[in-house]
Amino acid sequence: MLRRRKASEAEKKSNSQIPKEIESRDDDDDDKKVTKKKERKSKKKWSCVDSCCWFIGCICSIWWFLLFLYNWMPASFPQYVTEAITGPLPDPPGVKLQKEGLTAKHPVVFVPGIVTGGLELWEGHHCADGLFRKRLWGGTFGEVYKRPLCWVEHMSLDNETGMDPSGIRVRPVTGLVAADYFAPGYFVWAVLIANLARIGYEEKTMYMAAYDWRISFHNTEVRDQTLSRIKSNIELMVATNGGKKVVVIPHSMGVLYFLHFMKWVESPTPEGGGGGSDWCAKHIKAVMNIGGPFLGVPKAVSGLFSAEAKDIAVARAIAPGVLDSDVFRLQTLQHVMKMTRTWDSTMSMIPKGGDTIWGGFDWSPEESYECNPKPKNNDTQIAVQNGSGSLGSQTKSTHYGRIISFGKDVAKEHSSMIETMDFRGAVKGNNLANKTCRDVWTEYHDMGLGGIKAVADYKVYTAGSLVDLLHFVAPKMMKRGGAHFSYGIAENLDDPKYDHYKYWSNPLETKLPDAPDMEIYSMYGVGIPTERAYVYKLTPAADCYIPFQIDTSVEDEYEGSCLKGGVFSVDGDETVPVLSAGFMCAKGWRGKTRFNPSGIHTYIREYDHAPPGNLLEGRGTQSGAHVDIMGNFALIEDIIRIAAGATGEDLGGDQIHSDIFKWSEKINLQL
Amino acid sequence: MASILRFRKLCYVEPVKCSSLGFESFETPKISKKDENIVSNVEAVLEKKRRRRKEPKEWKCVDCCCWMIGYMCTTWWLLLFLYHCLPVTLPGFQVPESPGAKLRKEGLSAMHPVVLVPGIVTGGLELWEGRPCADGLFRKRLWGGSFAEIFKRPLCWLEHLSLDNETGLDPPGIRVRAVPGLVAADYFAPGYFVWAVLIENLARIGYEGKNLHMAAYDWRLSFQNTEVRDQSLSRLKSKIELMVVTNDYKKVVVVPHSMGVLYFLHFLKWVEAPSPMGGGGGPGWCSKHIKSIMNIGPTFLGVPKAVSNIFSAEGKDVAFARAMAPGVLDSEILRLQTLEHVMRVCRTWDSVMSLVPKGGEAIWGNMDWSPEEGCDCDSTKKKYLQSSLSGQSHDTNSSDGKLGFQVEEPVRYGRIISFGKETSQIPSSKLPTLDSKEFSRASTHLKSNSSCGDVWTEYDEMSRESIRTVAENKVYTARTLLDLLRSVAPKMMQRADAHFSHGIAENLDDPKYSHYKYWSNPLETKLPDAPDMEIYCLYGVGIPTERSYVYKLSPSNRCSSIPFRIDSSVDGSDSGCLKSGVYFVDGDETVPVLSAGFMCAKGWRGRSRFNPSGIATYIREYQHKPPASLLEGRGLESGAHVDIMGNVALIEDIMRVAAGTTGAEIGGDRIYSDILRMSERISLRL
Repeated sequence: MLRRRKASEAEKKSNSQIPKEIESRDDDDDDKKVTKKKERKSKKKWSCVDSCCWFIGCICSIWWFLLFLYNWMPASFPQYVTEAITGPLPDPPGVKLQKEGLTAKHPVVFVPGIVTGGLELWEGHHCADGLFRKRLWGGTFGEVYKRPLCWVEHMSLDNETGMDPSGIRVRPVTGLVAADYFAPGYFVWAVLIANLARIGYEEKTMYMAAYDWRISFHNTEVRDQTLSRIKSNIELMVATNGGKKVVVIPHSMGVLYFLHFMKWVESPTPEGGGGGSDWCAKHIKAVMNIGGPFLGVPKAVSGLFSAEAKDIAVARAIAPGVLDSDVFRLQTLQHVMKMTRTWDSTMSMIPKGGDTIWGGFDWSPEESYECNPKPKNNDTQIAVQNGSGSLGSQTKSTHYGRIISFGKDVAKEHSSMIETMDFRGAVKGNNLANKTCRDVWTEYHDMGLGGIKAVADYKVYTAGSLVDLLHFVAPKMMKRGGAHFSYGIAENLDDPKYDHYKYWSNPLETKLPDAPDMEIYSMYGVGIPTERAYVYKLTPAADCYIPFQIDTSVEDEYEGSCLKGGVFSVDGDETVPVLSAGFMCAKGWRGKTRFNPSGIHTYIREYDHAPPGNLLEGRGTQSGAHVDIMGNFALIEDIIRIAAGATGEDLGGDQIHSDIFKWSEKINLQL
Repeated sequence: MASILRFRKLCYVEPVKCSSLGFESFETPKISKKDENIVSNVEAVLEKKRRRRKEPKEWKCVDCCCWMIGYMCTTWWLLLFLYHCLPVTLPGFQVPESPGAKLRKEGLSAMHPVVLVPGIVTGGLELWEGRPCADGLFRKRLWGGSFAEIFKRPLCWLEHLSLDNETGLDPPGIRVRAVPGLVAADYFAPGYFVWAVLIENLARIGYEGKNLHMAAYDWRLSFQNTEVRDQSLSRLKSKIELMVVTNDYKKVVVVPHSMGVLYFLHFLKWVEAPSPMGGGGGPGWCSKHIKSIMNIGPTFLGVPKAVSNIFSAEGKDVAFARAMAPGVLDSEILRLQTLEHVMRVCRTWDSVMSLVPKGGEAIWGNMDWSPEEGCDCDSTKKKYLQSSLSGQSHDTNSSDGKLGFQVEEPVRYGRIISFGKETSQIPSSKLPTLDSKEFSRASTHLKSNSSCGDVWTEYDEMSRESIRTVAENKVYTARTLLDLLRSVAPKMMQRADAHFSHGIAENLDDPKYSHYKYWSNPLETKLPDAPDMEIYCLYGVGIPTERSYVYKLSPSNRCSSIPFRIDSSVDGSDSGCLKSGVYFVDGDETVPVLSAGFMCAKGWRGRSRFNPSGIATYIREYQHKPPASLLEGRGLESGAHVDIMGNVALIEDIMRVAAGTTGAEIGGDRIYSDILRMSERISLRL
């Protein structure tokens, strides 16, 4: 800078006379002053645009500089920082077990759950030009913001068939990339994959059974032959790995999908895979279900019923106008609802087993549960609590069985006080056929005011009557759902009707395969309040809106209440209640039962939730949340040990933190 | 920026002069106007100056830079934003209809499942286990994609891409694996398509993941080793079987490209061979599962480029670059030694050996004879020949051309490597005849120079004498080439000889030919018994392609430099085929027509001993046309080795066959080059 200034001075001196005269007046100042003056001059031209540019330039330069530093930083640098702050980190389980000498043995199959798998476009309408083989679901979701309506159109399925709408083909991404990261930086399977790779796993011994999670399980086979591919891939992996059986790791809805697969693969050919009755025994070592919604999740109900869950309901309460505003023609929730109602798979997660499992008007298996997150660390204390608590809690026991109730009082009152009006016969008026709402199609428009009122008058819905309710409010969807899923409990499992594929994903209506050497694990997080039942109200303006919504104003006064924001919570992993994740392994399949005729071993591995200590830990290495548990070191270690050849006994059998056995006891199910 | 400021200062200093110079044309009138103002009342300015002196802020250099960057960024973002807002198809700019859309209108739809087999180099490789220097690259692409790691940690990168020099498999502690799925080779680098265009067009008529499969394999390994290490062949077999079953028992159409052609040839033999060494599919497997094989740019008989690559790690492009900037590639300053490193890595890749010319002198010509010798390299004349190809004048025309050449001394393409221009042209009788066996013996003296250890090429182990013997032997044909390579790279050839063979079979029923090393050589295997199958040879013509080289010894005798290099100073006459030390012939820039077309034109045509069941063969040539404008990118009618994957005519042919058409229906042979004439000259017992 200085040099340049001098140079300009020199030039100026050499070829200018006039400035000399100017300077002569300004006796004490020399040339330098003049140049400074000039610079001030130019600063005067520093307009608003210039300062904006300057500002942006500054930010960019700093950003690039940091980026540059970041890129040239040794890869282990963040770890140093973290260790400096929090003390030495434990080895990741892969490294630890590699040091113990474990190596890859059994091939591993991942079955991703709902929502986490990527979907890409293969054929689309005009508005989606240029998106060929780009991810519509997963990744950055950039298209949602650029062309939201187009995106919704492409993600929806046909409302009649539950398959592709004409002219649109959206297909699952294949390979490990399908679900390693859901969005950039948000891992799903990536941590597990990285740890498995440490002990020698690679592409040929790991297989991601990606499927289109929007369509019903049977339709994945009809449209994409996904089940056949999984079968062929498992057979190939067993053959190329010296006859070692596979370890299957389904997550979330993948658990139900794999349950369906196990029945499908042994069924005879036209409807099934024709693998013969010993296919599972020959090819599968263990099924390690992570966060499995075996018996469904209450969240699915509120999702289908009013397209909202706890999170959305809270958002709505905070900013009432935004989500509902008709201005800008947003109608976000309605669009979401319309889209999700075309996804058959969501119906696989409606609570199964009816009142027997989920409780009736006055009874539920979890009724003595205390939501106050104080001492529930070990079993002894819980036992003490039970003894005394059962008496005291009688007064304030929560009626979890009433999964949907209209009004807080209804949720609390004794059943004899509630008058219910049967909604099933109610006439659905066509009087609400408001043409302006047509573009956002939800079946509520076909229901009419009468229908809506009838639904609200019925007041309380338990798991049993919920299915009827959904049939009433969304007949088309449930017609599709009824053909593909079933929610009951089988009286007689040998009834030939249970050969139909719609029963295959319901553990209460199928028998496990005949594979006595197989092992089934139920691995899930506990210690997080999980949605279990809802208090609803009618939406004030019932025009183009969804007529029902969660009543977020409902709170309980006393400390430790399970009712918050209109939602009753119970122990679980934030999505799946313990009951749904653990019951089958704790009781339904334990020992030799009618659901488990060959006596397959079952193990329950619970992981108590511990939130990440600080921000540097990211999503935590001891998390128990539904998706974050995939980064839980203890869980990963268990999986790696099994994949390297250990059995459930070697792991230490059951590992229980919750009251799952107590609750299972209360459920009266013929075994 | 700084100069503009200085200019402004000057203007301020001598405003009159500046304005008379017409400075307003550069700067905004506002500024000059201001300047004039300033001149008119200098005193006021001086007063102002005192006032402004209180303000600490100054327009500093850093500020200028920030302003500049900010300005550029804003403009860039604005343009980017506009670009994104732009409708995908501008109304004025008419995009030609893609073949997919066209055939869809004709009513074609997906019928046969399609298997894509990528070639060498184009497939992505990712890291599964590495040394500490590669931390953070787990499951990131080392090969393909942006290649960012080469620049960040080049030596680490080279180390991870090398294979073990003894076994040809992974070095201990390193696992680099092929990327699976369609992403493996749809784009090689961002924006540089390989299969993407074909995939997109196939998708138009209804193809998707379930009936479109990319048979990605680790292209560095020898073909049999992909099965040993990754079970790639077993996977391909299982995938094809699954696709046939799930698509109503429609047989697959296989589309291999470049080296993938040899890989799939290997697969064809492997799958029918009995179980321990082969896939155990039984003799009917191919006829049951494969409808047709559409080889794109096939390297059936190898490519001369592979030789120069192994011999001195250079092709035409590298040699040219070296001639332009002699110091850069060879400089030992900065310890670059780029070529040596490249060579060391390439020599651990067994697959390169599959591309060495096969069939020896019978196919590629000897000292005095080569099948292409009548060919003309002048492109203008060539076009004339093509235009008259359809007419009756063809025969006379070509014979005329031949006559003219006979006088002018035909190019001796058979001498694939010759030392010095003279030796590449003089008749063989004047050449010193040295038995090739002799020099290979001579090379056993070890030259122990330990200082060159870090860049290991097998040249270190050759003595000066043996290098000189190599050069003195003057001329190498396709047959003696192998001996040459054995002497300069004994370890590599030892591995290669266990996996590949380059001869011609005398008796195909000899039981030794059931060994896997013969499976990828079309001259030493029989095609499977599948009379309904079809084999296509699809390749571009009309681009000069490397065919033989003029070499010289490297001037400096430094320890680790490569002792031989292409003599890029050698040029032929104007219309000649010799340019910068390389003799050219017709082809697709990489594969000469002879290698791509001979098997389909003669070796397998009809019922021959290589094709006992009489599988129908078709030749489809695509005349190269460079892209007319920049907007076309890499061209819709290109014939170049990789760019041909975007050739509209080729895509249309593939789609028609995939939709169920036979070769006769798409028009049978389509020939622009002299391939049939060249094949005639090759005397091979059929």
